Amino acid sequence: MKTASALLASATLAVALTASVCASAQDTIKIGEINSYSRLPSFTEPYRKGWQLALEQINAAGGIDGKKLEVISKDDGGKPAEAVTAANELVANDGVVMLAGTFFSNIGLAVSDFAKQKKIFFLAAEPLTDAITLSKGNRYTFRLRPSNYEQAAMLVDEAAKLPAKKWATVAPNYEYGQSAVAVFKKLLSAKRPDIQWVGEQWPPIGKIDAGAVVEALAKTEPDAILNVTFGPDLVKFVREGDTRGLFKGRSVVSFLTGEPEYLDPLKGDTPQGWIVTGYPWNAVTIPEHAAFLKAYEAKYHDYPRLGSVVGYSTLKAAAAILAKAKSTNSEKLVDAAEGIQVETPFGKVTFRKIDHQSTFGTFVGKTALKDGKGVLVDFHYCDGAKYLPPASEVEALRPKD
Amino acid sequence: MTFLFNEFATGLASASSLFLAACGLSIIFGVTRIVNFSHGAFYMLGAYAAVTAVGHLSGDFGFWGGIVVASLLVAAVGALVEMTLLRRIYAAHELLQLLLTFGVTLVVEDLVVLIWGPADLLGPRAPGLTGAVDLFGQPFPTYDLLLIALGPLTLIGLELLLRRTRWGVLVRAATQDREMVAALGVNQQWLFTGVFTLGIFLAAFGAALELPREAASHTMDLQIITEVLVVVVIGGLGNVFGTFLAAIIVSELNAFGILVLPKISIILVFLVMALVLVVRPWGLLGRAEATARAASGLQVMRWHPLISRERLFVIVGIAAAALLPLVAGDYALTVASEVLIFMLFAASLQLLVGAGGLVSFGHAAYFGLGAYGAALALKQFGLSMAAALAAGPLLGFAGALLFGWFCVRLSGVYFAMLTLAFAQIVWSVAFQWTEVTGGDNGLIGIWPNAWVAKAAHFYWLTLALVTIGIALLRVILFSPFGYALRALRDNELRAEAIGLSRHRVQWFAFAAAGAFAALAGALYAFLKGSVFPDDLGIPLSIDGLAMVLLGGVGTVAGGVVGAALYKSLSIWVISHTDYSKLVLGLLIIAMVSIFPQGVLGALSRWQARGIVGEQP
Repeated sequence: MKTASALLASATLAVALTASVCASAQDTIKIGEINSYSRLPSFTEPYRKGWQLALEQINAAGGIDGKKLEVISKDDGGKPAEAVTAANELVANDGVVMLAGTFFSNIGLAVSDFAKQKKIFFLAAEPLTDAITLSKGNRYTFRLRPSNYEQAAMLVDEAAKLPAKKWATVAPNYEYGQSAVAVFKKLLSAKRPDIQWVGEQWPPIGKIDAGAVVEALAKTEPDAILNVTFGPDLVKFVREGDTRGLFKGRSVVSFLTGEPEYLDPLKGDTPQGWIVTGYPWNAVTIPEHAAFLKAYEAKYHDYPRLGSVVGYSTLKAAAAILAKAKSTNSEKLVDAAEGIQVETPFGKVTFRKIDHQSTFGTFVGKTALKDGKGVLVDFHYCDGAKYLPPASEVEALRPKD
Repeated sequence: MTFLFNEFATGLASASSLFLAACGLSIIFGVTRIVNFSHGAFYMLGAYAAVTAVGHLSGDFGFWGGIVVASLLVAAVGALVEMTLLRRIYAAHELLQLLLTFGVTLVVEDLVVLIWGPADLLGPRAPGLTGAVDLFGQPFPTYDLLLIALGPLTLIGLELLLRRTRWGVLVRAATQDREMVAALGVNQQWLFTGVFTLGIFLAAFGAALELPREAASHTMDLQIITEVLVVVVIGGLGNVFGTFLAAIIVSELNAFGILVLPKISIILVFLVMALVLVVRPWGLLGRAEATARAASGLQVMRWHPLISRERLFVIVGIAAAALLPLVAGDYALTVASEVLIFMLFAASLQLLVGAGGLVSFGHAAYFGLGAYGAALALKQFGLSMAAALAAGPLLGFAGALLFGWFCVRLSGVYFAMLTLAFAQIVWSVAFQWTEVTGGDNGLIGIWPNAWVAKAAHFYWLTLALVTIGIALLRVILFSPFGYALRALRDNELRAEAIGLSRHRVQWFAFAAAGAFAALAGALYAFLKGSVFPDDLGIPLSIDGLAMVLLGGVGTVAGGVVGAALYKSLSIWVISHTDYSKLVLGLLIIAMVSIFPQGVLGALSRWQARGIVGEQP
């Protein structure tokens, strides 16, 4: 009896869920958006503001061929399985014509595989893993942000100029950290066969025992250190390393540290002279960026983070693809997206046909302390086009459609 | 040599901060027997409150004063939670307090973001202790010296409080025998409130002291809770000195371990815990738990197999469920499939928790093994979907057989923690063994064959397998084996006296539960099209317990009802709000407070009262 009532309850619930689907008007185009809003608000809140600004601008300019653009946004709680549920709801229930978003690599991969299975267009915004466009790439998935490989290549350009010969690495112990270190090592060793890798540390993400890690790194006596930790781990690492003199006389190259999301919490503790990828929002001189910055600050009375630019550009790209395809058919969207040029705050970017990766770039510069806050100095914009993996590599890694 | 000393001192500093975070949990555990899952949440509150308090007060006093004020404020919140929520359910099943504190944790997680915003907050360094001292020619942070001193000082302070004051004597007496203390006229309620408040104060204090070393972030609660839980268990429940010892062992092993194996940190504490519990079933310094006077809370109503009227009802229910695809769309059907899968998962856990009295904190391991087994069979060995659906449960069964053998040698919280340790070891294998399991990027492309690719077809397959699974679990429950399992739960000595082997019966129950959980996991892999380490993580194990408890641990089918309720709610909530944790947490708190016997328990009780007109 209990089993039965349970089954009945779930049946009723399922019916209720189906009934709650509202009929959609024909004059709107719906995009389904998924991101880790509750798990990673420090990155996804600015991101959401970014795409909301873009949405407002697109609809103010007449939408897509006169049709209003609508975004239905879902939280995935930081879990791939929830993201798949959300994707399913968006596609089967809400009738969206494409999916966009995601932050974590594993969630990006789960949704991209869902997109492949259901033959629905997916524009991945932030996940960095190379797999999403290379080894696990598929026809329906495109990615905006520069991949792990590209960011490593950008940093290696600068790292190779350093006199340092002995290198040590510290990275969070999961796929992102592992592949960042692997690519960086491979590219740097190729450019500088004379260098040596003397040590590596792999603290679990969110649980770095910073003192012990700093001591272990210092013991290997490196000339330079590659850091891939971020967020709370980075804060602990920087404070311990600073107090224990780890960074004295050593160069540090660091992934993502220059992004406001990670740099701003460091405040007065910002390490000086680290070579980082990032986003110096108040010093960018790209003309398109000035317009974006003005609109963003006017709307939110806050400065944009990198996530804001990514969210804004993602929706702009989605709109451009829809406009070019003149259709909501997945196959037509894919055809339209291959090779499309899109305006972003970082200038024009192109989605490459061979791996569906955009040429969206990022900034590389040095960290410095100004008025008790971390800033980027001596920075330059690295156009993603120059750092994409070569066609031969894509050929070898990417499965054929 | 200098280096070794430095590394050792660094380990001591980490040990101190770990001990300060953990000792409060140990004290609460020891006296109230509450597995206070919200310890991490209060730790996090302590960190945020300290950032704010230190920011508002100025001067040298400001920093230290801020730390104390913040800890006191958080302790007051803790006292409030104890008095308004926990106090109401001390008489219920012990696990219910775990569920309640889990609900509190969810609420706090979202509240912190609402109050302090999403960004990480970095506090100032301690005034006067910002630099480093020269320790044999190597710089060593001055603040770490303070921590190294504070750990043992806190330990001594606590020992004095517990051994030299009247309050301490009462607390220790309550640790040994709660009912006796109450019988002697001591107001147990206030004793518990006092202990809980002290424990929360220590949690917040431990977090506030980390201010100069670490930023307050809204994920730190879950980072710290497993770690401190493990340390407390390694040391032995309620033994503060044991906790201190365990903190030192874990920290020093980590400090030196990463020199040889830089990837060891992720699994080290769980390895240590598994080893310690296998060798010393009650932790390093713990003592055997006194047998409970009565299986309090677990007042099981008489269980009986379905009578014919009920059987008819079940058949009608299943038939109705089978007709669902006629009215429901694809999304509703996938949600319904997911709910069904979790019904089987919860039912398998209920066999252990309800019938066996064996509370597993690591049941997700077998769910995940099933998922990975199916995924690997499909991807690595190229087997068919049907074969993969069989391979999953086999792997889960094998895992449960292996780990179960060790786990069932223990009982109570130690059993729970050993299951947790094994689950974390399995998790870290899945997380680390990138070549085979894909690491945290998981395995993707696990889609069902064409014949069940449609949502409706997969739903029918799921319905069929889940119905068979739950039916088999019921058969087990009402077989002589099931009666033996319950006999061992209710009175181990008598059961053994009539010739039942506790170890063998519980071991088989563990393995059977694992196999059914794994079947659910295998189905889940095909439903989602992918497998990730999440599928064997602690949150899923907790979800499973929440389902069983919400349904009613003392009932036969509580898990099934609880799963339907919990899973549908959580899917609905996460789809409709960004504050899903807040809503879900409040719902859990409300349900635990209103139905301490679980929904089904309350229902049967209410029915029974209607008929017999007795019992409160």
